Order: sequence, then C-alpha cells, then structure tokens
Amino acid sequence: MMQADVAIIGAGPAGLAAAAHLGLMGVKNIVVLEREAEPGGIPRHCGHSPFGMREFRRVLGGASYARRLAARAEGAGARILCNTTVTALHPGPKLELTGPDGAERLSARVVLLATGTRESSRVQRMIGGQKPGGILTTGALQGIVHLNHQRPFRRPVILGTELVSFSALLTCRQAGIRPVAMIEPGARVVARAGAAVLPLLLGVPVLRETRITGILGRDRVEGVVIDGPGGPREIAADGVLLTGAFRSEATLMAAAGMVLDPRTTGPEIDVFGRLAESGYFAAGNLLRPVETAGMCWASGRRVADAIAVHLTGGLPCPAQGLPLRIDAPAIRYALPQILFPAGPGFHKTIQLRVSRPVSGELRLSQGGDLIARQPIRALPERRVTLPIPRKLGEGPLSLDIEEDA
Amino acid sequence: MAQGVFDVAVVGAGVVGCAIARRFAIDGARVLILERAHDVLDGASKGNSAILHTGFDAPEGSLELDCIRAGYAEYREIHARMNLPLDPCGALVLAWTEEQQAALPGLMAQAAANGVGDVEMLDHATLPALESQLAPEVRAGFRVPGEALIDPWSAAHAYLYQAIQHGAELRLRAELLTAERQAESWRLHASAGSFEAGLVVNAAGLWGDHVERILTGESWFQIRPRKGQFILYDKPAAALAGHILLPVPTKVTKGVVVCRTIFGNLLVGPTAEEQEEREDASVVPATLEALRQTGETILPALAGQEVTAFYAGLRPASEDKAYRIRADLERGLVTVGGIRSTGLSAALGIAQHVARLVGRAPGVARDWPEMPVLAQDGARDWQAPGNGGIVCHCELVTRREIAAAMEGPAPAQSLAGLKRRTRVTMGRCQGFYCSAELARLTEGRFTQPMLAGAVDDAG
Ligand SMILES: Cc1cc2nc3c(=O)[nH]c(=O)nc-3n(C[C@H](O)[C@H](O)[C@H](O)COP(=O)(O)OP(=O)(O)OC[C@H]3O[C@@H](n4cnc5c(N)ncnc54)[C@H](O)[C@@H]3O)c2cc1C
Ligand SMILES: Cc1cc2nc3c(=O)[nH]c(=O)nc-3n(C[C@H](O)[C@H](O)[C@H](O)COP(=O)(O)OP(=O)(O)OC[C@H]3O[C@@H](n4cnc5c(N)ncnc54)[C@H](O)[C@@H]3O)c2cc1C
Repeated sequence: MMQADVAIIGAGPAGLAAAAHLGLMGVKNIVVLEREAEPGGIPRHCGHSPFGMREFRRVLGGASYARRLAARAEGAGARILCNTTVTALHPGPKLELTGPDGAERLSARVVLLATGTRESSRVQRMIGGQKPGGILTTGALQGIVHLNHQRPFRRPVILGTELVSFSALLTCRQAGIRPVAMIEPGARVVARAGAAVLPLLLGVPVLRETRITGILGRDRVEGVVIDGPGGPREIAADGVLLTGAFRSEATLMAAAGMVLDPRTTGPEIDVFGRLAESGYFAAGNLLRPVETAGMCWASGRRVADAIAVHLTGGLPCPAQGLPLRIDAPAIRYALPQILFPAGPGFHKTIQLRVSRPVSGELRLSQGGDLIARQPIRALPERRVTLPIPRKLGEGPLSLDIEEDA
Repeated sequence: MAQGVFDVAVVGAGVVGCAIARRFAIDGARVLILERAHDVLDGASKGNSAILHTGFDAPEGSLELDCIRAGYAEYREIHARMNLPLDPCGALVLAWTEEQQAALPGLMAQAAANGVGDVEMLDHATLPALESQLAPEVRAGFRVPGEALIDPWSAAHAYLYQAIQHGAELRLRAELLTAERQAESWRLHASAGSFEAGLVVNAAGLWGDHVERILTGESWFQIRPRKGQFILYDKPAAALAGHILLPVPTKVTKGVVVCRTIFGNLLVGPTAEEQEEREDASVVPATLEALRQTGETILPALAGQEVTAFYAGLRPASEDKAYRIRADLERGLVTVGGIRSTGLSAALGIAQHVARLVGRAPGVARDWPEMPVLAQDGARDWQAPGNGGIVCHCELVTRREIAAAMEGPAPAQSLAGLKRRTRVTMGRCQGFYCSAELARLTEGRFTQPMLAGAVDDAG
C-alpha cells in the first residue's frame, strides 16, 4: 500500500494551491492524484484569459495558468500522479486508485477532496426527445476545440446564460462555430450585464423565458423544439450546447455513503474545511457551484492552513460544531455548513447564493438572538458573503433573510 | 456483378440476426449479414430491459415459449466460454392489489406448465426478508429463481463475432433495396452492392414487414412499433433491489420492471406505447416523471436517488402477439418477424429453430470469442496493468478497451456502437469529461464520425 501524509484528489486550482501551500509550510510526502493526463483541472482547456491575477499577479491564458500552478506545487515538493483515478474512499483515510498499471491502495493521514464541478447533463435537465449525437456541455466543447482543435458542430443552440455560457460563445467563435440562438429559461440573462452584450455583438439572438422541450434527429442533432412566449416551435440546429447548471463532482463521496448537502450538491464542511469523516477535508468547486479559478485557488490555500494545524493535532474537536440552519426559502445554499463557538476558522465568511432576486437584510441568529446582520441585494449566481462573527455562543444557528416589502 | 455468392444472407444485425448468422456459420454455411445502419444493434436491440427470461409467463404451448426456453438454456451453456456475464438474481412477481393477488396462483400454474417448476409463493410476511426496501403495501408475490440479468450488447456482439470467426461476412451501411428470386438463388441489391445467396433470412426487426415486401412483394404481417421508455438510476441505487421486481403482467405488457443492470445501475421501465414511427425513440419528460413515481411506489428509497440516463426502445411488435416465423423453402426464404419483447432471451433458441426449419445439421463451434468484461462485479480492465489509463471516468473505461473496440471482427463505426461495446459516456456525466478525449481517439476511425470536423476545415 502507498503511504502519504496528505493525499489530494484533483489537480485543479484548489488541489494544486493546497499542495503548494502545504509544501511551503514544510509538510512532507504530499501526493496529488489526478485522473487526467496532465495537471491543471478545468483551466487547462479554457482557451481564454483572464486567469492568474490573484495567484501570479498577471493575466494568463488557462493552459499556461494550469502549468504554472503545477510547477509551483512540484517546486514545493508535492508529487503529482497523473492518469491516476481515485475509485473509492474508505475510513482511515484509505483510498483505492487505479492507473495504467492497474489498481492500487493508498493510506494517508489526511485526504483533501478537490474534485471540482461539472455541468448538468441533458438527463439532469430532463430534456426530452431523441438521443442523437452532437449534444455537449461547455467542458466537452472546450476540450474538443482547445485541446484537439476539432469542431463538434457548426450551428448549435446554446442553453443557458451563465458566465460559462458566454465563455462557450467565445469558444464557438474561435472555432468558427456560429450558434443559432442562446436560450434562457429565466426572465433575464444570468451573467452580469457586461457579458450580456456579447451575443448582441456576435449577432446571436437570446431567447428568454424559453425552454428546450425536445431534441430532434436520430443519428445527429437536426434541431430542437423550444417553447417560449411565442408558443412552441422548432429551430434547425446541428448541435445542442448545454452550459452551466453546475453540480459538484461528489460521486466518490456518494458511493462511500458520505453526507452530501442537497443544496450545494457537495460535502458538508466546517469552518476548517473538514468533513464528518475523520481525516477528510474538501476545497474548491467541489464545495458548491460555482466560483472562479482564483476563488478556488484561495480556498485551497485556506484549507492547507487548516490541514497543517490538524497534522499537529491543533483543530478543535468536531463534536463542538454548530450546524447552520437555513430558514429563508430564497437562500439556495450557504456554507460552511458547520460553525464553531470560537468564531471563524479558516473560512472567515459564510458564502451563499440566492435562488431568485432578493433585497432586504441577511440575518444570522443563535438561539433566538440576532448575532450578525447585513443588507442584501442579490441576484441568482452572484456571490454573497457574510463575515462570521469573531465569537459565537452555544446554541443552534440559523440564517434568514428579512425581505423588503 | 454480384460481390459474392453465399449460402445464407441474413438481413438485419439485431440480436436475432446475429444469433441466426452465428448458428448458420457454425453449421458450416457461407453467411452474409446485411445491415443498413453504420453499426450493428441499431434497431430494436439497442435498448431493452436486459433480462434473460425463463419463459414462465410466456403463452403456453407457443413457439415463443419454445424459443425462450431453448435460448435460455443455450445462453447458460455457452456464456462462460465467451466471457458473457450472467447475474442469476431471480425475479419476484409482486401483487399490489387484491385483484393482482388473486391472479398469482394462476400465474404460478402457468409457470409450472411452461416448465419453470421452481417458483415459490411468498406472502406479506416473508417478502421483507428477501427485499428489505419494498414498499409495505406489497401484498404477496412469488419468486422465479431462474430469471437473470445479462449484458444485452455483449451477448449480441459475441454471437456476431463468433459468426465472423466461422467465416460470416458483415456488410454495414448495406440496406437491402430490391431482390430477385432466380432459379436456385436470390440476387440481392443493397446500398453496398449486389450479392447472391441461396437462402435469405429476414431478421429486419422494426422493418420486418418492409423487407418482406422487398423480397416477396407483400407482407403477411404488419409491424406496429411499441415504444418502451426507461429511467436509469446512478449506481448507489442498485443496492436497493436484489431481485428483478416484476408486476403481475397484463395482456399487453409485462409492465414496469424495477431491476439492477449488469453494469451496476438500477432501471425503472419500460412503458408500452403504440406508435407509427419506426425510427423515433423519443423520451418524454412527463412519462419519465411518471416512471419515477411508479419506481418510488415500489421502492420508496428511490426518492432522491440520482438519475443517470433515460432511453427508449422500440419493440418490433406486430398485429398478433405470436412470433411471425415462417419458412418457404421453395422460395429460399425464412421470415423471422415480430420478435416483440423477448428477443434477447429467445435469440439463440430462434436460431436453433430456424436451422431446423431449413434442415441443417448442427455443427460444432471451432472458435469462441472472448468478450471484454463490462459487468460491474467482473474483473474489469481498469483493475489490470497495462490498460493505458482511464478515458471514461464514470464507467471506468480504459484506453486499451477503446482501442480493442475499434479493432477486432466488427470494429465500432459510430459513437453509439462504441458505447455499446465499451460503455463510454453511458455514466452520470454523460460525456462532460471524456467527450474530448474520445473525439481525439476516434478521429478518422468511424464511418459515422463523432464530430462535424476539424477547426480548420473549410465551411
Ligand atoms: C466548462 C467550464 C468552464 C469554466 N470556465 C471558467 C473560466 O473561464 N474562468 C474561471 O475562473 N472559472 C471557470 N470555471 C470554473 C472552474 O471550475 C474553476 O475555474 C476551477 O477550475 C475550479 O477549480 P477546482 O480545483 O475546484 O476544480 P477543477 O479545476 O475542476 O479540478 C478538479 C480536478 O479533479 C480531478 N478529479 C476529479 N475526480 C477525480 C478522481 N476521482 N480521481 C482523480 N482526479 C479526479 C479532475 O480531473 C480535475 O482535474 C469553469 C468551469 C467549467 C466546468
Ligand atoms: C423496451 C423493451 C424492453 C425489452 N426487454 C427485453 C428483455 O428484458 N428481455 C428480452 O429478452 N427481450 C427484451 N426486449 C425485446 C428485444 O429487445 C427484441 O425482441 C429484440 O431486440 C429484437 O431484435 P431483432 O434482431 O429482431 O430486431 P432489430 O434489433 O430491430 O434488428 C433488425 C435490424 O435490421 C436492420 N434492417 C432493417 N431493414 C433493413 C434492410 N432493408 N436492410 C438491411 N438491414 C435492415 C435494422 O437496422 C436493425 O439493425 C425488449 C424490447 C424493448 C423495446
């Protein structure tokens, strides 16, 4: 059985940042396990800038950003094992892995889960119709265009208007793909206003309050059926690009019977990034859909601090944890899910997202007492943070929004 | 000019055509297989429940029953030699209403009459010991120990590969368009050229009546496609059911089944929906939602389980329940039509029956294909050294497996064909991670390419 002090699953920005930071703090025997052939995670196949402002104080493309993160981790002494897939998690912590040489086991003092996020598939979005080829997510499109220099389709429809949807639009443009339309089920474009002018510039119509109800074509996509303000109609297209609607890559955890937060789709963590299972930590986009690479990198560094303390036995006993209850229906998720009486740990804020536009006051209470409050004006998919008070008492915590009338 | 002279031409490479081609090839005939799609198993055989039926509920005294029984026995006899999986999990036929409960003794008697004598009655008290997750509303049932799960694609591929090992020729993108009966043989004109064959076997599934008309100018049966939609849950759900959970069947359908798959998922389906269209296997969200609810009334713990995939299959049903099998030796024609909803189980038995109709003496197989292990609990390639690394992370498909599926007796010719041979992209991410790598690995290998082209292509 292989041995490690810290085994990190996933060589994306979060995992690599944690590896580099742990190495600099003097932790020995760090291995990063990555199932792809090269380290770097999602940025590796994002063709566009900007990456790296926070991490390297300069603007980098995705691929060179990924290379630098990996070089930093290796420079700090971490070993990165590529083509290595973790197939099971066990108490211990112990891992089952597999690579080109077959199955293998690894035992570690700490395991950091940094497996990232993925976009919802057609199935998870319940889109009906036939099952032809040519239905892709942005992640797949970017790999095909930027890593392979191939073109999956020429005239697709794009579903979604999140930030990633616009990066999909740019990827299309670079590859000479001309999307027929962008389709948004909601009443407004989800991404910030800046991105929203892009389709206008590129001459791609944005159809709001519209859903894809069916996909046409037996072998290849021939079109989609949409339903919107003008009623149902068919539009011709040779591909369907499903963008966003992120979910955590928490498969390993589900298979191991670990507790997942149905709101984030990721693990439940405390302010130290710890899971209920002893020796397990988590960071990056696995925690929740979805933040930028820079934020994930920062979260990797934070959890590395916590792991370093844990290795010397310095973290408070998990039994002292105080679960955070969410009361407002408009709050889609909030994390960390478990706080401590001693106040902030390495997570200094509660991060949350709303499920619809909201304005009012965000309130954290404990046992009936209001202990933190802050005005909130938020749209879905925009980050909201609430600093964790420096000292908390005992008793149950709850998070609520008092909405403006 | 005919491209070749054959003893037998099998029209259609579904599971039934593959099994018939195997039988004739092993028996020493020169066999041609014509398939109009880019790859085999592209018709009715592309989506089913993957149950190897005992025939316990088949119509008494029917040809269908004989073929299922014979097919079942032969599969059990040969599967290990070809590395084909068999999960002998058994089935429970469950009654949820008083009326259904009243039907149980009759069904058990039918099972006994059909030669399936090992069924056992179960009451409300004994069921939970067998299936702890069953909803408490279940009233009673009986167990059919012989019902089993298999891999619907590897089985058919194995039959095809073995046929090819015994000299059969497979022509893809070879749609039979017209045919002339000459004195002793057929002249067949397909989109891939013309061929001569002494005997033609029509195994065209959903197009059986159409091909019958091509051959004889008329058809004595009409195909009435019957769609079956399924939802497929992610692997953690598979632990919820040990047996195949069947309802008391109705005249039209076996009803909605809940069972594991050999690949470690859990399926709920199929529906039974008559339609005209022979190509359109659309899934309908409202129907899938209803299936989900049916699943949850049987296994309440399914609530909240992730759905990995949904799909639909089309049964080549005809206006009559019976298999439409007939031999006209004068004319050199065997018709194998209307193999509705038991063709996976019956295929090897149908092949034996057809060989008997034609009067061929059974031969002995010289070679046996060794199929890749795809079953969840088998020794998968990802566990072995030298596998080249994993490409599809959800289904743990290796580079070596993909390379193998693009070679061998019948290389994959489309992504759909590669999926059926290896399981790539069939998992929970549905291609988010592996599509790019697959597009690279398969470039230039398929007659039906995955992609529209390279970025620097014109247009
Ligand atoms: C299509 C897409 C486009 C995006 N575009 C941008 C963008 O332009 N800018 C931006 O800032 N953010 C973007 N993001 C957000 C992106 O998730 C973050 O930038 C960042 O990559 C998250 O870092 P991470 O380390 O948490 O996860 P990831 O970068 O996703 O890394 C996770 C790593 O874990 C590996 N892994 C997972 N499971 C296993 C296992 N079982 N065994 C071994 N290894 C495993 C994966 O292969 C992967 O390399 C995008 C996300 C997607 C999906
Ligand atoms: C929802 C559902 C659930 C089922 N569950 C089970 C089960 O659990 N167990 C079981 O035993 N069975 C099951 N079945 C039944 C089984 O799948 C079918 O009986 C079987 O697949 C029929 O196979 P086939 O070879 O007759 O037809 P097909 O698979 O349709 O094959 C016919 C082939 O002929 C080709 N073809 C058509 N016209 C031409 C032409 N002119 N020239 C050349 N080629 C042509 C087609 O492309 C096709 O590949 C199920 C079926 C469905 C739909």
